[in-house]
Amino acid sequence: MLAYVLRSLAQGAVVLVAVAFIAFSMFRFVGDPIANMVGQEASMADREELARRLGLDQPFPIQFLHFLGNALQGDFGISYRQGRPVSALIAERLPATVELAVLSALFATVLGVALGVYAAIRRRGVLANAVMTLSLVGVSLPTFLIGIGLIYVFAVELRWLPSFGRGETVRIGWWTTGLLTWSGLQSLILPVLTLGFFQLTLIMRLVRSEMLEVMRSDFIRFARARGIPARVIEFRHALRNTMIPVVTIAGLQLGSVIAFAIVTETVFQWPGLGALFVNAVQFADVPVMAAYLVFVAFVFVVVNLLTDLAYLALDPRLRAAAPKGAR
Amino acid sequence: MNQRAQSQPTPPGLLARAWDSDFLWSFRHSPVAILSSLVALTLIAAAVLAPVIAPQNPFDPAQLDLMDGLTPPMTPNEVTGRTFLLGTDPQGRDMYSAILYGARISLLVGFASVVFSMVVGITLGLAAGYLGGRVEALIMRIADIQLSFPAILVALLVFGIFRGVVPPAQQEAATLWVLILAIGLSNWAQYARTVRATTMVEKSKVYVDAARLIGLKPFVVMIKHVLPNVMGPVLVIATINLALAIIEEATLSFLGVGMPPTQPSLGTLIRIGQQFLFSGEWWILFSPGLALVLLALSINLLGDWLRDVLNPRLR
Repeated sequence: MLAYVLRSLAQGAVVLVAVAFIAFSMFRFVGDPIANMVGQEASMADREELARRLGLDQPFPIQFLHFLGNALQGDFGISYRQGRPVSALIAERLPATVELAVLSALFATVLGVALGVYAAIRRRGVLANAVMTLSLVGVSLPTFLIGIGLIYVFAVELRWLPSFGRGETVRIGWWTTGLLTWSGLQSLILPVLTLGFFQLTLIMRLVRSEMLEVMRSDFIRFARARGIPARVIEFRHALRNTMIPVVTIAGLQLGSVIAFAIVTETVFQWPGLGALFVNAVQFADVPVMAAYLVFVAFVFVVVNLLTDLAYLALDPRLRAAAPKGAR
Repeated sequence: MNQRAQSQPTPPGLLARAWDSDFLWSFRHSPVAILSSLVALTLIAAAVLAPVIAPQNPFDPAQLDLMDGLTPPMTPNEVTGRTFLLGTDPQGRDMYSAILYGARISLLVGFASVVFSMVVGITLGLAAGYLGGRVEALIMRIADIQLSFPAILVALLVFGIFRGVVPPAQQEAATLWVLILAIGLSNWAQYARTVRATTMVEKSKVYVDAARLIGLKPFVVMIKHVLPNVMGPVLVIATINLALAIIEEATLSFLGVGMPPTQPSLGTLIRIGQQFLFSGEWWILFSPGLALVLLALSINLLGDWLRDVLNPRLR
């Protein structure tokens, strides 16, 4: 079991170093970092001085090691466009994105599993079929159109909910939260729905098909024969066995949560990391792009690790096999 | 002998045989496939023929009249009295023409980027599957990393690098090509995986051994013998990817890192239309949005159908 965890850790570290290398190459070769930092009138001496201070006069591998060391301490240099440390920009915008992503993942998972189970149990029901058809359309709709549609209905026509921003936020230490004010909560609703919708349809369809599969297996038939009530079979026996593939896909989908967060944040002018990244791309703000890339890779690695650990918790076979160093 | 020859019907023509083939049989019996291919073909034909059928050239300022600006659909303009099928934008541009020309760009980027990622993916997949060893390990590792990052993120990165490398004056002209490159580069890994898997199966078959025995070079065996046998799954992925590429292009343009307003794709039109959502001019956003959804949905459904037909295991 320890070997299993250690191997996941090692793989994650390799991915992180590879991504850091790409980020560093971008920083080093896209545009001229010195020209971007000093003004037009800087003298050659100024430039050389800055190059020495940034370590740009040293060999490439040494520079990369410096970059890695700084990145480990959360230092990604200074934004070309805003002239502030990238780490400060990221820290400032992190809470908005984390709250949005976590809430929408929660929304998608809870509602997705519930609807998926319902659609599987009432396979021929009218409501179940309506839900399935709707989810098919939902998969083909681009995220930004869903967001715009929600804005049009709930913000423009009905005027129930705000269409942009986070509303009022409360500061707790360096973290800002929109969860404690009424306007903050109202502002969260539409972005969370937009971001969660795609995940919701995906998880729902997956739970339904897995559940149908499990319900056909022998141990469910035996449980029925033993006279166990249908509810208990469905939730204690069947649902638990559908969770392994669901956890895998939900973990893998984190990538698309981040991708759709970029879009959602732009639609709702949400002051998060995704909007920061889109701005950085528009103005070729390389340090911010590089830092975002490393950040995303870091989140990936952590979530992959958590997914692996969730397997261990969910699947006793893995726990039994792992000590022998199997697989 | 004589009897058998008599009972055999005259060999049917090519058209009739095609009509009776498995493929067209399931096409004729799938209302979804017929409807979605009709919608997709209509939209593609309209986009290709845009210069012929559009009432005006939306990129030619001489044809636009500012007085026509913000005319709602199907109602005469209060000043000029002209009527527009889908209304006009603030510059007096006919939305119907703008959508035809926009769909043209969206489809061009979609098709070109799919072809680009197909070429890259097939080449790398064939090489990995046929050559094996180090080459395979390296290519598939890169594909793994690429696949774990969302396509849109990769495309945004490529675009950001482009903004940093190309001088601003040349950026607008190059945007179309960069979009194709960015979207193509973000989708090759799926082809590589599928082609590699199929190649590994095909490689062990007798016909490949035979081709090698008569002394053909590995390159020739790969291109002339293995490649035709891996094209089936590739075409399915390509169809579904076409819908994804069109949505990806629209998303990039919507985010403001795609086609500029002077040369709008459907995504750019939606981005422009979003600014008028609050002032009640809904049609500037609605019709390009609907065109995009119809295009993506019909191609998607067609791809789903194609996958089911070409993959007997799922039937």
